[in-house]
Amino acid sequence: MVANPLNSQEFDVEVKVAEWRAHLVRHAALNEHDIDELESHLRDQMDALQEQGLRDDEAFLIAAKRVGDLDEVTREYAEVHSGRLWQNLVFGDVGASFFGRELVTVLLLAVCAAIAIKLPALFGLHFESEGADWFYARNITLFSLPFLALYFVVQRQLGTKGLLFVGGTVALAALLINSYPNFASTTTMTLAMIHLPIAIWFMVGITYSGDWWRSHAKRMDFVRFSGEFLIYYVLIAIGGGVLTAFTLGMFNFIGIDIEWQVQNWIIPCGAMGAVVVAGWLVEAKQGAIENMAPVLARVFTPLFTLMLSVFLVTMLATGRGFDMQREVLIGLDLMLVVVLGLVLYAVSSRDPNKPVSLFDKLQLLLVVAALLVDVLALIAIAGRIFEMGFTANRVAALGENLVLLVSLSGYAWHYWSFIRGNAGFTRLERWQTNYIPVYVIWALVVVIAFPLIF
Amino acid sequence: MNLSKDLMAASSTPLVLGIIAEGETYGYEIVKRVEQLSGGALNWTDGMLYPLLHRLEQQGVLESRWRVASDTGRKRKYYGITELGRKTLHEQQQQWQVINDALNRIWHEMTVNLQRSDTNGCQPA
Repeated sequence: MVANPLNSQEFDVEVKVAEWRAHLVRHAALNEHDIDELESHLRDQMDALQEQGLRDDEAFLIAAKRVGDLDEVTREYAEVHSGRLWQNLVFGDVGASFFGRELVTVLLLAVCAAIAIKLPALFGLHFESEGADWFYARNITLFSLPFLALYFVVQRQLGTKGLLFVGGTVALAALLINSYPNFASTTTMTLAMIHLPIAIWFMVGITYSGDWWRSHAKRMDFVRFSGEFLIYYVLIAIGGGVLTAFTLGMFNFIGIDIEWQVQNWIIPCGAMGAVVVAGWLVEAKQGAIENMAPVLARVFTPLFTLMLSVFLVTMLATGRGFDMQREVLIGLDLMLVVVLGLVLYAVSSRDPNKPVSLFDKLQLLLVVAALLVDVLALIAIAGRIFEMGFTANRVAALGENLVLLVSLSGYAWHYWSFIRGNAGFTRLERWQTNYIPVYVIWALVVVIAFPLIF
Repeated sequence: MNLSKDLMAASSTPLVLGIIAEGETYGYEIVKRVEQLSGGALNWTDGMLYPLLHRLEQQGVLESRWRVASDTGRKRKYYGITELGRKTLHEQQQQWQVINDALNRIWHEMTVNLQRSDTNGCQPA
């Protein structure tokens, strides 16, 4: 939005105070009351200055200056209230109702997820049974994610419709993935196994949005949620790993071997339950990690850009770009998916009101590098199909790279027009959220249609 | 006159406690009172007062409550001193008194010596 030059002369005290406040709100070390207190001071000072005959804008500027550099002040707050930054993590606004309905729901669902993974064992399908690894591998998301979706059904009050939606989707997915006769062919099964989680994660997204994926803001929230969920889950997994190692060690010291129990109960049940708990943690405290995830995105964007550029140059210089082998292609596609995830997250964590910064240009560079790598991969795949004919794997790779090509081109175009000042950042955000269903549809095509065709 | 940071930090606690001991008050008033007491020489960054108040509250020497101010109709956080606060203030008062006395004495002696050497210098040989 371009500011009207005539209007920009006008000074709105309330707007200025609100901006000043907004700067403080971002710091976890200050709570609502602290900010109220500082604002009350600011206003008292402004009143006094106005009584001396100063204009609104002069009074605000001097009063704000006297309160001091906000970064220095907040640092001082952080020293006094160092505990707050971490307390906020779990106990944020739960407060008095900590043992209320929500926590009970979360624990119940986590326990359900933990039990669900052990249910097949009741019917004789233990982890070590023959063919069990395939069974568990292709169903793994169906044991945990539905319970996360159920948490959001409860949390967002989606009611019976939500329950039916989750139940129906899961039943359909379970039926599909377990009953295709062609699954003797391991390639289509592997492909379906990789793509099904995308569709199921989207189901979580629909329940997360709370309005059946209608509003743009909720879709962006879900992208943010996905990134933060990943971070929380990894953190919990690391903690769980340390705990398990200690438990094993301690029992070992007293001469009892519990490796079997750990492998069959603690790790699988813990991993499933942690999915629900991680989702709840992100939901319960959105602010705390928000400070960390954008930092991660900022650290890795330049690194990935560098890596992709070096890789591109090497490939082109050595002429190895066009006869890529199978393994290289798989690795390349995985990397592109990671890069896309990084871009998705970086876009969602960016404040759309901020002007163009160096980081946006870096982001464009990353997208363009990824786009070029994608084109190389496409050429290689087309070559392989031309030489050796269609297979499920090659078509899946071709489709994935085409989907990525369109997506990355869109990002590149919108970043370009944003940096040139031709469009706002919201256009880019719209492109991002509108394109999400395309990934899901492609994943569904691979899961549903591929076993029938190949 | 610019006071050193260390001196400001050391004196802020007894000063704030002393002002609050005069009666329940709030941040902006405390800053004004400090300025008035020091004749404008003690110039704090206003925002830094609040973390100090919160720290003192955490130490239990102050207590706070929100009240709607009668003059502006806005709500303000008022600070009052606790029993522990009065005790702390008393201790600090004694400590500062010791320093104050010692400094006064040395400065008094310095001026006396100076005058003596001056008068000595004026005597005819």
